[in-house]
Amino acid sequence: MALLEIRNLSVEFETVSGAFRAVDGIDISVDRGDLMAIVGESGSGKSVSMLAVMGLLPWTATITADRMEFNGHDLRTLSGRARRKIIGRDLSMIFQEPMSSLNPCFTVGYQIRETLRLHTSLDRKARQTRAIELMEQVGIPAPEKRLSAFPHQMSGGMSQRAMIAMALACEPKLLIADEPTTALDVTIQAQILELLTDLQDRTGMALILITHDMGVVAETVKRVAVQYAGQKVEEQQVEALFDDPHHPYTAALLSALPERSQDRFLPTIPGVVPGQFDRPQGCLFSPRCQFADARCRAVQPQKASAELGYALCHYPLLHGEPQGKEASA
Amino acid sequence: MSDTILTAENLTRHYSVKGGLMRPDATVRALDGASFSLRPGSTLAVVGESGCGKSTLARVVTMIEPATSGRLTIGGKEIGPNGAKGDRDLRAMVQIVFQDPYGSLNPRQTIGQTLMEPLLLNRPEIGKADREKRAREMLLMVGLRNEHFDRYPHMFSGGQRQRVAVARALMLDPKILVLDEPVSALDLSIQSQILNLLVDLQERLDLAYLFISHDLSVVSHFADELMVMYLGRPVETGPLKDVYAHPRHPYTRALFSATPVADPRRKRNRIKLEGELPSPMAVPPGCPFNPRCWKATDECRQSFPEYTGGRHSYACFHPLAKDELPRAETQA
Ligand SMILES: Nc1ncnc2c1ncn2[C@@H]1O[C@H](COP(=O)(O)OP(=O)(O)OP(=O)(O)O)[C@@H](O)[C@H]1O
Ligand SMILES: Nc1ncnc2c1ncn2[C@@H]1O[C@H](COP(=O)(O)OP(=O)(O)OP(=O)(O)O)[C@@H](O)[C@H]1O
Ligand code: SF4
Ligand SMILES: [Mg+2]
Ligand SMILES: [Mg+2]
Repeated sequence: MALLEIRNLSVEFETVSGAFRAVDGIDISVDRGDLMAIVGESGSGKSVSMLAVMGLLPWTATITADRMEFNGHDLRTLSGRARRKIIGRDLSMIFQEPMSSLNPCFTVGYQIRETLRLHTSLDRKARQTRAIELMEQVGIPAPEKRLSAFPHQMSGGMSQRAMIAMALACEPKLLIADEPTTALDVTIQAQILELLTDLQDRTGMALILITHDMGVVAETVKRVAVQYAGQKVEEQQVEALFDDPHHPYTAALLSALPERSQDRFLPTIPGVVPGQFDRPQGCLFSPRCQFADARCRAVQPQKASAELGYALCHYPLLHGEPQGKEASA
Repeated sequence: MSDTILTAENLTRHYSVKGGLMRPDATVRALDGASFSLRPGSTLAVVGESGCGKSTLARVVTMIEPATSGRLTIGGKEIGPNGAKGDRDLRAMVQIVFQDPYGSLNPRQTIGQTLMEPLLLNRPEIGKADREKRAREMLLMVGLRNEHFDRYPHMFSGGQRQRVAVARALMLDPKILVLDEPVSALDLSIQSQILNLLVDLQERLDLAYLFISHDLSVVSHFADELMVMYLGRPVETGPLKDVYAHPRHPYTRALFSATPVADPRRKRNRIKLEGELPSPMAVPPGCPFNPRCWKATDECRQSFPEYTGGRHSYACFHPLAKDELPRAETQA
């Protein structure tokens, strides 16, 4: 059985201008020891879908799912008390904004020790030792000294690392890391990514990494899900995805990478991601897709086969060529 | 060189910060002796870790702040302590585009007003009709449309706002554009649009770019020359291809090796750096990189290495040999 199993997850926000669907029918399945990434443009619902899993969305959000299970628990019906037992121990998350998840009123050390007190049987002394060890692992120099610092006394990069230390405190079964290294310098980033993959290797931790950095994706994970406008449009093993993307959005995204271009001018994707009021009727990517035809603009595509990366597309690409076009013409 | 438009020699910007309770006054050596030149139609990229002085360099070059020492020559004029005050031609010569396409535009001004403002302030002799004509031409130049003229910034996407910021910077016909992380806040699909725009404008207007970025994949696509900074100082400068082919400074090598590459089949060779980037308030004596450098010797801890090499210059007592395998390098 998968560690995390999500089927047909949708999230709708109530807004002053009406309902807004931020996540639209997403499936995710994660096994023990999995290393997966979710990539996609800003606003594509990466954070919201994972916050839904954590049960951390505001009341304006309506969450629906056919299945939402973690380690055998149904997350949809879990009581608050049962949830608090799991979250922070078996399931933990590194948030996109570090400042929002560290409490400004307590020292970093207190917050790490408190997590350990709630979820482990370590005694006082062992908790302090473990806290120092965690701070060392995330590359914080002079950890004994930093433990008594308040979050605002640390630089952005430092508090980001303190938060990572806290999320790793109980060696979770699944870590959801939302842009964990975006605020960090590349030399520190390398260290953190190594720490995460090392934990996977050593403890069998599974990782869901949310990022927009295709370099980080290529170097860190084994499997990639691509999101566009709240939908999952493709999922593949990382090598296969970079070799032969099956959804036109993935293909366009990869070709926009500067390092893949020989030319002075880079390939671009015209237009922008649809918003609340200009959501197209058929395929959500159709206004920007170079392969779109009348069918794409009118009819929502179904998921393609596993061999075609479950591409949410009428004409999934194979070696850059759209499949099935003649049949419909 | 005869065709340089800007020359910086030992450009330095220190800040004094008042100490508080129990803390003495201190000097922040934000920019600590940078020498380089810019040429028309050419791009110098500046890379380095957060806090190494890139934005400080940008502000000094744009004459927003004076240098505390060193020489800055722009278009043959030596810049004094008053910067471009009272010299509107000089002020027009260097313009800047910032990272944040949200914060850098006035939300209460229409795009048209935003574009016309520099002319109003700097070229008051230009009449209203002409001002508007030039602003509308500029809109088209950066790939926006005529109907955008009367709209407000909040109606634009991040990429469009960055186009507006570029358009505004170009209104005074500058020769030099300082670009401080111009695409860092943008999505990949929008980033390529803006980079293409910058390439196109450079070719058409023969602009010199000082391009600040932390993204080496963008830099290697875009730049002609590369300057790697560490703690306020350039540690290595030279033609991009040469620096890539043979980085001489250990920090350059470490930076390259830590940068993730979007190729899952590539073998990683990461150099693990020990320690933190020290604060510019407490720059270590000798080579500023010595506490983290795997090649450091006593010499490195005592004196600052001179710049050596020609167009490809570097400051290191133990420059790397070609394809030298650093001891600290780990195979992953
Ligand atoms: N509380 C909320 N109320 C209304 N809309 C929201 C709320 N939170 C998020 N959204 C919207 O949901 C959409 C998805 O947001 P989300 O934060 O998941 O994007 P993301 O993919 O994580 O983007 P980024 O890469 O910028 O972090 C966005 O359009 C966002 O504006
Ligand atoms: N006005 C100021 N007063 C005091 N210190 C300053 C001032 N401006 C910048 N600094 C300090 O100078 C150093 C260099 O800052 P700068 O903004 O130039 O770095 P940067 O390379 O642009 O970093 P980033 O990549 O984070 O943008 C930093 O330590 C910064 O805190
Ligand atoms: S369904 Fe049509 S428009 Fe959508 S991605 Fe596929 S080809 Fe493009
Ligand atoms: Mg997010
Ligand atoms: Mg800066």
